[in-house]
Amino acid sequence: MIRFVVRRLLQMCVVVLVLSMLVFAWLRSLPGGPVSAILGERQTPERRAALEAALGLDQPLPVQYLKFLERALQGNFGVSTKVLPGEDALQVFLDRLPATIELSFVAMVLAIALGIPLGYLAARRRGSVIDNGAVIFSLVGIAVPVFFTAFLLKYFFAVEWNLLPVSGRQSTGLDATRITGMFVLDGILTREWDAAWDAIKHLILPAVALATIPFAVIFRITRAAVLDVLDEDYVRTAEAKGLTTRVIRARHVLRNAMLPVVTTIGLQIGGLLAGAVLTETVFSFRGVGDALATAFRDKDYPVLQVLILAAAVIYVLVNLLVDIAYAVIDPRIRTR
Amino acid sequence: MSPRRTMATFTAAILAGAALAGCAESQRDDESGGGNGDDGTFVFGAAGAPEMFDPFYATDGETFRVTRQIFEGLVGIKPGTAEIVPELATDWEPNDDGTEWTFNLRDDVKFQDGTDFNAEAVCANFERMFDQNEAGQTAGEYWGYVMGSFKSDAANSLYQGCEAADDYQAVISISGPTSGFPTMLSLASLSMQSPTAMEEGDANGIAAEGEGFSFPDYADNPVGTGPFTFGDYDEANGTITLKRNDDYYGDKAGVSELVFRVIPDESTRRQELEAGSINGYDLPNPVDWAGLESDGNDVEIRDAFNILYLGFNLDGNNPELKDPKVRQALYHALNRDQLVQTQLPEGATVATQFMPDTVSGYNTDLEPYAYDPEEAKRLLSEAGAEGMELTFAYPTEVSRPYMPDPEKIYEALRTDLEAVGVKVNVKTASWNGGYLDNVTAGRYDAYILGWTGDYDSPFNFIGTFFGNLKENDFGTKGMPWGKQLADDLKSADAIVDEDERAAAFEKVNQQIMEDYLPGLPISHSPPALVVGPGVEGVEPSPLTAEEFDSVTVEGGQ
Repeated sequence: MIRFVVRRLLQMCVVVLVLSMLVFAWLRSLPGGPVSAILGERQTPERRAALEAALGLDQPLPVQYLKFLERALQGNFGVSTKVLPGEDALQVFLDRLPATIELSFVAMVLAIALGIPLGYLAARRRGSVIDNGAVIFSLVGIAVPVFFTAFLLKYFFAVEWNLLPVSGRQSTGLDATRITGMFVLDGILTREWDAAWDAIKHLILPAVALATIPFAVIFRITRAAVLDVLDEDYVRTAEAKGLTTRVIRARHVLRNAMLPVVTTIGLQIGGLLAGAVLTETVFSFRGVGDALATAFRDKDYPVLQVLILAAAVIYVLVNLLVDIAYAVIDPRIRTR
Repeated sequence: MSPRRTMATFTAAILAGAALAGCAESQRDDESGGGNGDDGTFVFGAAGAPEMFDPFYATDGETFRVTRQIFEGLVGIKPGTAEIVPELATDWEPNDDGTEWTFNLRDDVKFQDGTDFNAEAVCANFERMFDQNEAGQTAGEYWGYVMGSFKSDAANSLYQGCEAADDYQAVISISGPTSGFPTMLSLASLSMQSPTAMEEGDANGIAAEGEGFSFPDYADNPVGTGPFTFGDYDEANGTITLKRNDDYYGDKAGVSELVFRVIPDESTRRQELEAGSINGYDLPNPVDWAGLESDGNDVEIRDAFNILYLGFNLDGNNPELKDPKVRQALYHALNRDQLVQTQLPEGATVATQFMPDTVSGYNTDLEPYAYDPEEAKRLLSEAGAEGMELTFAYPTEVSRPYMPDPEKIYEALRTDLEAVGVKVNVKTASWNGGYLDNVTAGRYDAYILGWTGDYDSPFNFIGTFFGNLKENDFGTKGMPWGKQLADDLKSADAIVDEDERAAAFEKVNQQIMEDYLPGLPISHSPPALVVGPGVEGVEPSPLTAEEFDSVTVEGGQ
């Protein structure tokens, strides 16, 4: 097991190195760049050249890359040009990460807490109203764009009914203490209950919007997996043996159906960042996705590089965790 | 691991977390929210985050919106106009040749850290701005733009020196008269900052690092003389809080707290206003204006201080554009009245020249080119350019005060051009993704672009467009009159007498529109901002330089 994990981590280093080259070359091959974003209408060839020289963008690409690599190996990924000018790019990522973790965690919990039971129920009562209703609901979840779902959620829950805040992470003027950067957790740790409750209220709508797609996918995979398992001989055997329904469901049906579901959950966690870009932007939720959107618009190369590489690392790590979870669920993999 | 053991581990983790809760102390200030009296909070929705808080190195409007509340300049702007008025200087006087300007200063002002504001502080500020290291010279965009150069290249700098004649009298020397001085001193970038705070925070300690600049501590701890002091920037939550400066020498601000909330999405800003969680926001979409008004909000329309134009690259690959008849034909082909009525916000006007009528030097005798497609066709055929091709571009992923929706404006222009037989090759690129680069590099025959004035000076408009012969987007260096135009602009700008100077600029405007025709001015659009019910005292500024000290919020937030 340890050898397996070490091997995968070494593979990850190679992936990150190759990806860093690709990202570096790709970003610089895009038209425009940070200089236009900084100068705007004031741009002239002369001013452009001066700023390019100051930022080192006038040097040949391989030279720029080697300099980047040399600095990166010392833990210096450059400073932001536009997202938070002057701030270390890695720090920008680390500052924004807690918001995204908090949001993704709640979204994923929602998606799993609803997706698995509903999927199971839909499969058990195949063809029933619950089944059909849930299938349609999940289809809508996949088909409707996140920004539209977000707009509707905000319109009804925040503007019309005034139940929840429209956007942001916390109300102004709370003077909340910050420890981890995850506002709900911070509120709990410091016993600033009003701050925690306020942060929870701010989390609900974006988390629901972000959860729609993973929920739909988890629901459908669970439903399909349970349907498959229900037809298996061992389930029939267990029923014939006279085991209680509860034991059959927990030990035979759900546990076996969970294998594809766990893989799906892993992939969905990896994909959450993509959803977070849109969700965080429309909810002014200042996480990694929001930073990525700003950095891309303003061509903030150092921040973009860090964010893309970090996303790759997270994706690989999540997949590694999924593989480990597999071994936990399926003893056959463990003994192999 | 069995499910039961997993559960046990999970419970242990929760318990550990709960134990940790005992270690984390709340750092709340018990008096939070009430420190500066309680006249409520004005919360303004901003479209983007500020870059930093030292206006000298900043280049963007979101930063200036915040720093304008903290800082003041020697010269201020009269609320609701683009006119300059005394601010930290009570009056000023040039010598005969306009190279030495004596500023008499207010004697009742202190910086927010207690440092005296006097002539010495003024000169310390100018020397600080002038004496920049290499990185600072690139990052100090606005100084470079208005002054031309820095101490290391003093010969090419407009600014030549500052001397404290007495405690409250500062004399600033410049290399020669220009319409921009002293108006340029109203720029947010050239605000007066506390010399003590700048020294403590190593304000000039900027350095190039990798592909960006790292800024000193001072950039996060600004100290000015204005009606608000810097509170904090909660980056994780996207809010900037300013507190009322209770020691301010003038009328104290109407609210105790001024909060800027970063809300990038326009429809979210509108929903926040509707939900009552913000009190106002900038640049509401013109299609929402009526709806916002009918919901009880107040849409404040600023006077237009901008210009949208159709630019030509006269030094490019399209020889037909060099023929003035062809350019005239293209002007007559465009129905700008309809464009202004259908695509631009209420209050927008058709432009007759490359500057709005609020700027001195505006020529009131000029008439707009009439929409006359038949005349356009006739001129094209006379020039032998029927069916000419035109590579014509517009930017995507951008909305500017002078062009809320570039694509729609472009479509209207393209349809008109095609109606007189011009074959348009549509080109497009995103604003930061190559559009500006392509315009600057002359890769398009024609393009739409615009400008919002920095301050009230004719040279800030037409000088920016045509004053630099070697480098301008119109490629005037390729035309026989290009040098003449650039020279005329420079000599007009150097006239000391204001009336004479205005007359000279009026003449240049006439020549541009009647003889040279380097591009077609299209329109001036008034940008708006909106405030919710109960908010009073917002003075919309044509320069989008609102000062919020006069704002009051009924019932507070």
